[in-house]
Amino acid sequence: MSNNLINPNNWIDLYSDYLYNYTISRVSDKMVAQDLVQDTFLAALKSMKNFKGESSERTWLISILKRKIIDYYRKINSNKGKAEVRIGYNNDSESEGDWLEERVADPYDKTAEDILQNNELGEAIHKCLGKLPKKQADVFKMKTIQGLETEVICNELNITASNLWVIIHRARTAMADCLKENWF
Amino acid sequence: MSKKIKVLIPCKEANHVCDKTQYNESSFWEKIKLNFHLLYCKACRKYSKNNAKLTQAINESEVKCMDKKCKESMKQEFEKALQEIQH
Repeated sequence: MSNNLINPNNWIDLYSDYLYNYTISRVSDKMVAQDLVQDTFLAALKSMKNFKGESSERTWLISILKRKIIDYYRKINSNKGKAEVRIGYNNDSESEGDWLEERVADPYDKTAEDILQNNELGEAIHKCLGKLPKKQADVFKMKTIQGLETEVICNELNITASNLWVIIHRARTAMADCLKENWF
Repeated sequence: MSKKIKVLIPCKEANHVCDKTQYNESSFWEKIKLNFHLLYCKACRKYSKNNAKLTQAINESEVKCMDKKCKESMKQEFEKALQEIQH
């Protein structure tokens, strides 16, 4: 009866950057964010059978990640004996416990309108990146988002510079088309 | 035509220069050639415009990505856990 199937094999390729972005805007520490993403994947693996298929995989993973972020803040706060959580996650008591349900992005999650818009844009970009072939997405991310030098990427992926520019060109064309539909 | 006065460039090259410009990697002379090309080529004008828009959107969004090495190690850990579960 589940509409959405679960397939952990390509979780990391598909969602790790998305989850990472979600985390980094909330904990603002690279290492912590990476750990939290890793924890999320492992926790998700363990509770895979609880996935009812009512939401998409991504929504489900985000809901687990949210818990992990909250736990993280609880942990660092407990030293002082004050378990006050200061991040703006959705904290009404009604939805306590039903984090496996499908949930739309909660409106209390963001503080200002521009952040909201930024998140939407980021979401659109991630969606479009997900549609690219893996190689194009990799190259595009390294070049455009991480801002690596052409040479570095060529060495790492073992391709020539002209090869790289062709991939970049295809990726940019696809991204522009995709964002035109979803954003501009 | 000697190389010196080669001002007209084909669309393919124009697009390549346009891509490079997005990463600030094109030379001054290349930029002149690109702009000259854009004067008479509508398709490339459109491409350039969209390309610049894309760059702007990505800069604005402040999207970040994980390090490749980090992702790789994450993948290994994950696969280990995956196998443990399946067996």
